[in-house]
Amino acid sequence: MADTVSIKPGPALAAATKAGIEPRGAKPRRTLSGRNIMLYGTLAVAALYYLLPLYVMVVTSLKGMPEIRLGNIFSPPLEVTFEPWAKAWATACTGLNCDGLSRGFWNSVRITVPSTLISILVASVNGYALANWKFKGADLFFTILIVGAFIPYQVMIYPIVIVLREMGIYGTLTGLIIVHTIFGMPILTLLFRNYFSSLPEELFKAARIDGAGFWQIYFRIMLPMSLPIFVVAMILQITGIWNDFLFGVVFTRPEYYPMTVQLNNIVNSVQGVKEYNVNMAATLLTGAVPLFVYFVSGRLFVRGIAAGAVKG
Amino acid sequence: MQKSVSIKDLSLSFGAVNVLENLNLDIGEGEFLVLLGSSGCGKSTLLNCIAGLLEPTGGQIFIKNKNVTWEEPKDRGIGMVFQSYALYPQMTVEKNLSFGLQVAKMPKPEIDKRVARAAEILQIGPLLKRKPSELSGGQRQRVAIGRALVRDVDVFLFDEPLSNLDAKLRSELRVEIKRLHQSLKNTMIYVTHDQIEALTLADRIAIMKSGVIQQLADPNTIYNAPKNMFVAGFIGSPSMNFLRGEIVEKGGKPVVVTNGVDFALDGYAAGEALQAGRKVVLGVRPEHVKVNEDIPGADHHQATVDIEEPMGADNLLWLKHAGHTMSVRVAGARRFKPGTAVKLSFDMGLASLFDAATEERI
Repeated sequence: MADTVSIKPGPALAAATKAGIEPRGAKPRRTLSGRNIMLYGTLAVAALYYLLPLYVMVVTSLKGMPEIRLGNIFSPPLEVTFEPWAKAWATACTGLNCDGLSRGFWNSVRITVPSTLISILVASVNGYALANWKFKGADLFFTILIVGAFIPYQVMIYPIVIVLREMGIYGTLTGLIIVHTIFGMPILTLLFRNYFSSLPEELFKAARIDGAGFWQIYFRIMLPMSLPIFVVAMILQITGIWNDFLFGVVFTRPEYYPMTVQLNNIVNSVQGVKEYNVNMAATLLTGAVPLFVYFVSGRLFVRGIAAGAVKG
Repeated sequence: MQKSVSIKDLSLSFGAVNVLENLNLDIGEGEFLVLLGSSGCGKSTLLNCIAGLLEPTGGQIFIKNKNVTWEEPKDRGIGMVFQSYALYPQMTVEKNLSFGLQVAKMPKPEIDKRVARAAEILQIGPLLKRKPSELSGGQRQRVAIGRALVRDVDVFLFDEPLSNLDAKLRSELRVEIKRLHQSLKNTMIYVTHDQIEALTLADRIAIMKSGVIQQLADPNTIYNAPKNMFVAGFIGSPSMNFLRGEIVEKGGKPVVVTNGVDFALDGYAAGEALQAGRKVVLGVRPEHVKVNEDIPGADHHQATVDIEEPMGADNLLWLKHAGHTMSVRVAGARRFKPGTAVKLSFDMGLASLFDAATEERI
């Protein structure tokens, strides 16, 4: 047989290698090299660091109070109970209200959905106009908008309270939605402007030659090309607004408190026994929405962030 | 000739930078005009002004005798083809073609008719249902031309339409654009930095530099009688040989003396008097120098072959001639070894003479 001939690598093999015959099979790897141990060891430690608290939370939320009092916070629940979750959602008390987090959840939904939609709609049109319809003073307008992003919130809180009071919407959901929309404007406008600027300018010119106007170009040319950046904006806004505590507590009344404020009030209540299991369940419930958003749209998120970097 | 596009005193500045200044240009009905120049000369800016995509700082633009200076692009009767094709990526070829007509609220049967006609002319019928990403570069550019075609415009504007294509496709599409112009007989304004495209396509070429039209003439005139040294050097590859010298009276006749050799100006049709002592630049194209040929009455010069560049059909020689380098084009079959002594003869009827100070043609 031909291939048994070259037991000893001779000139024939050298010639074959020169002729471009590649070595076949997987590249041999040393799995336990010092580099790999360092790499995976570090990753494992980092993963543990983040996972351990989550594990404790989940485990604790599934235990009854007597079991928690035993003090073994790392041990899995002996008797799994969903009662703390039910209580956190429906019956935990904050002040006089004893309807749990559910009220806060629906308040947060009523705040997040309109704030996200309005801010993204307005900011995307802003960004589109700034990128493609350069008007006189566009650059100045943009600079002012961006400077707005760097002014600390704390400076603006009291003036905004006064403005909202004068408008008669202080303490209402409408007021809070307006505040969220305005505060999202600088970063979102920047995001959209840069994205639209990265699209080929000739497309915009071609559409103008074709006779399309401001809105036709926006809806029929720009929007269909911009799904990734809309997903990015959505994630930023949903997580940002959902996780907001400061604006929620400052600009609304107790019956409109968002979920984060509600959570704080449940966890930090000073009366009675600390119900760790209920607190853990409440925290997990509050964090569920941003987590869900990340998992569902994570892939699009990465694509959108990278979209501006490479011209396609 | 009926005027199709007319530009009067057009100026445009971005901030303190004047890109165009008091530019005047008349383009005839059905004419193929090429705006030629290197990048940054203002040729694309001028085209964008005609299209209505840039607002001029001053001056006026007329299309079909209608003042369109402040009209929207869609109302100017123009179609435009871009270098990057600029096809709408999310739409099929058919949608790309019909988008402008839909925007104009044209009835569906009429849209279909026009799309079908454009597809037939450009032979893109089988591609109508595809997305731009599924097309090759040449096909994309055809669709882009089709988008101008369906709108049934008076004036076609091309902004370096072939620059993104490879050499072979470029020459194919060049022929197709010429054929399109011959059958449609529309006015076409074509921006390019490629002199071959300009020479092959144009009825007239406008050579631009720093926002000013240097010469506006048919390709033949541009090539044979360039108005100044910029035009002379820009057109032709390799460039025209420029020999600096001085006019001297010899035997009652004007002669250019450069580095000690004489060029009699008998055959040169000068536009003005050739007084002795004037500093001049003599321009000779590489293809207008004869090597080792006896031409009665012509000046003969000695030279040595320095480098030979065979290019197939042609053979390009770089010669040492009276203290300067000169390029000469001969037939590809004629080969010369470096170091060979050759005899050059010049046909002054094909040469150009420029004033050394103004760089203008004499």
